[in-house]
Amino acid sequence: MGEYIVEMKGITKRFPGVLALNNVQLNLRPGLVHSLMGENGAGKSTLMKILAGVYTLDEGQILLNEKPVKMSGPLDGLANGISMIHQELMFIPELSAAENIYLGRELRTKAGLVSKKLMIEATQKIFDRWNINIDPSAQMKTMSVAQAQMVEIAKAIAFNSKIIIMDEPTSAITEREVARLHEMIRDLRKAGTAIVYITHKMDEVFAISDEVTVFRDGTWVATEKASKMDRDKLISLMVGRELNQLFPKVEAEIGEVILEVEGLNRGRLVKDVSFTVRRGEILGFAGLMGSGRSEVLETVFGIYPSESGTIKVKGKEVKIREPHQAISAGLGLLTEDRKKTGIMGVLSVRDNMSVAALDRFSVMGVLRRPMIDRECEDQRQALALKTPSLEQQIQNLSGGNQQKVLLSRWLLTDPDILIIDEPTRGIDVGAKSEIHRLMGELAKQGKAIIMVSSEMPEILGMSDRVVVMCEGHLVGEVSRKEATQEKIMELATRFADEAVA
Amino acid sequence: MSKVTTNTESLPVVASKKFDIGHFARTYMIVGVLILFVAALAILTQGNSIDPRNLVNVIRQVSAIGIIGVGMTFVIITLGIDLSVGSILGLSAVVAASLAQVPGGSLVKFQGVDVPVWVAVFAGLAVGALAGFTNGILIAKFRLAPFIATLGMMSIARGLAYIYTGDGRPFSGLKPEFNALGQGYLIPNAKVPENGLFPLPVVLFIAVALIATFVLSFTKFGRYTYAIGGNEVAARVSGIRIPRVTIIIYTISGVLAALAGVLWAARIGSGNSTLGQGIELDAITAVIVGGTSFKGGIGKIWGTVVGALLIGTINNGLDLLNVSPFLQIVVKGCIIIIAIIIDERKNSKKA
Repeated sequence: MGEYIVEMKGITKRFPGVLALNNVQLNLRPGLVHSLMGENGAGKSTLMKILAGVYTLDEGQILLNEKPVKMSGPLDGLANGISMIHQELMFIPELSAAENIYLGRELRTKAGLVSKKLMIEATQKIFDRWNINIDPSAQMKTMSVAQAQMVEIAKAIAFNSKIIIMDEPTSAITEREVARLHEMIRDLRKAGTAIVYITHKMDEVFAISDEVTVFRDGTWVATEKASKMDRDKLISLMVGRELNQLFPKVEAEIGEVILEVEGLNRGRLVKDVSFTVRRGEILGFAGLMGSGRSEVLETVFGIYPSESGTIKVKGKEVKIREPHQAISAGLGLLTEDRKKTGIMGVLSVRDNMSVAALDRFSVMGVLRRPMIDRECEDQRQALALKTPSLEQQIQNLSGGNQQKVLLSRWLLTDPDILIIDEPTRGIDVGAKSEIHRLMGELAKQGKAIIMVSSEMPEILGMSDRVVVMCEGHLVGEVSRKEATQEKIMELATRFADEAVA
Repeated sequence: MSKVTTNTESLPVVASKKFDIGHFARTYMIVGVLILFVAALAILTQGNSIDPRNLVNVIRQVSAIGIIGVGMTFVIITLGIDLSVGSILGLSAVVAASLAQVPGGSLVKFQGVDVPVWVAVFAGLAVGALAGFTNGILIAKFRLAPFIATLGMMSIARGLAYIYTGDGRPFSGLKPEFNALGQGYLIPNAKVPENGLFPLPVVLFIAVALIATFVLSFTKFGRYTYAIGGNEVAARVSGIRIPRVTIIIYTISGVLAALAGVLWAARIGSGNSTLGQGIELDAITAVIVGGTSFKGGIGKIWGTVVGALLIGTINNGLDLLNVSPFLQIVVKGCIIIIAIIIDERKNSKKA
């Protein structure tokens, strides 16, 4: 066997209007973890989907164990020992872990009947061997994201995969789960599996990888041993320039209270929540996944009607039962899940941008198209949006650029209070710092910003004040000066022990 | 707004302003197909199919499918479906006809009632509006799947049409002013009244199509229609009142079905409770063939117009060629399946 298990040479891939990969290369060695880094739209996921057989390549060559292979579908990938664990996990929620693992090649009894018992036994064996503490007969829909991920990895193992690709596996799991995942990756590495790890999180790259390859705008930039890389070098390779500051907090003058929420209740995740936010202030909402951060703000915005509680904007009580009422009251909400609740995939960038502000963009229901064109073009330039044109379907843009369009959507409504749920999830470093800078600018203009974030550096770096949620309660508030990771985590896990007991 | 420094020079963009032949071909393929069909039929029927009188006839017949198709385009863009249009057409036709009968005849529904023709027309449209509004309420407020709600309405409206006609006999003996809506011309020929320029149903069809095009492309309501089809949850978060838009769209579909019904009754000079049976399939086919996506968020009125012309041409051509009407139904079924396969492939290419 040669040095490399996989060699990808001269890979080129085009999508309508975009050259996604331009003559890109990548070599993988068995028993090593290879991280792919790059801004959104750099081509990491595209390249890996080509390796897994999800996309077909336009030009180039893939060698597996020095033999050229041609792949025309995901099944070819699996047959060649390549498994990809997608960012959005793919499984059938109604089926058990075991059934999902053996989906499409169910284990059968001698009589030829599909046997759940055999599959559960086989799955249990894999779980035991790899220390996965999950019941093989549990339905997928009862599992956390981290558990579902473990099942996907077990599936790759069951397929005897020699190459496992993980596309942003840690974007939706807690730190403890990340540690568990990394443990597992080290075990796999020991067993000689080649792992490709796509992430935006620097710490993880250095914690887990042996080699790092950086892409930018669809081209290969560099491949290095991880031990020879450092944070600054990596960032400058990714963005092609030096980033002087990751969190450019602009000092804004903090004005009067503009939003007051009192005694808000809604189900299990919003229990008697009260808070205020002032003009010019960035209020951070911290807490673990499922602590009710997003739910509180979605209730404020009228996505779910509240059961009780009052909301005051500029001192006046407002009734918000539907999002359009929230928008009229001067609120905006950039939601957490771009794909499900943000973008309208087949619609153009322009339509996606202008949709929330059409009241302003129309007279007696008739659109003022020149005005829409002008303001959308302004947004495109101000946010350095990468799109061939405003006519482009938004689904053809990279995640970071989609996020910019959605931010523009709310900027065009000119809200007094902008709620941003996970402003930079799954977004590259460059777009991240642009969005952060913009948040600072908006605060400076006298807007109030409420930011939900799972990333501690973001919370600490951007917030003037942090409130912490735990199990539906707002358990504490910390000023910018007092805020530390430890303090916030302590508040965020306040009820955790009781919950276990 | 802040100035943000990002490197945009290395933007990997191909062919942004350049003429995209593939895109052009995909967009206007349907027009080519129509021309191809018209030409093929002209050859097969030795020119009979393109006889001016036959063409006018085809377009008259197409106007019903087309008017309904316009409403159906709005519905399908929002990821909905309206199966009740054929039944609404029938119900509106009998209601309008019953009020447009010449008083004194033996088969008159309302003896001694003589209302102006516009009241009859208005009553027919109002019935359609009410049925469509009910569809909208069921879908928007009671959260029924459009398929189910309009399937129910399909049965209800047809049943009401039968009940309304009592013994099932059509209402005939309609006033000439009423019949003129279906048979007359915008510019009548003074010497020969049954001839003229621009048949009224065709004029109304064109007017409906133009207004709908304006609404879809140039109004807030049009943007909302696309937005709901593109992603309903995102549309709601963006402040769109989904129930309101949905109810209006199904009401429009009902009114247009009713308009088609009134014109049809006027064209044949009687209101029959079985009118419009199966026309929902023709209309849906016209919409899908015209490029509106069954996955929502994409659709154009001109496509539906061309789609309706295509269906009309095929119906008429097969008639002229003496193809069995039963086989015609099979042919139409095949067309809708092929259109959806093309739609699927177009969208999978983009994803």
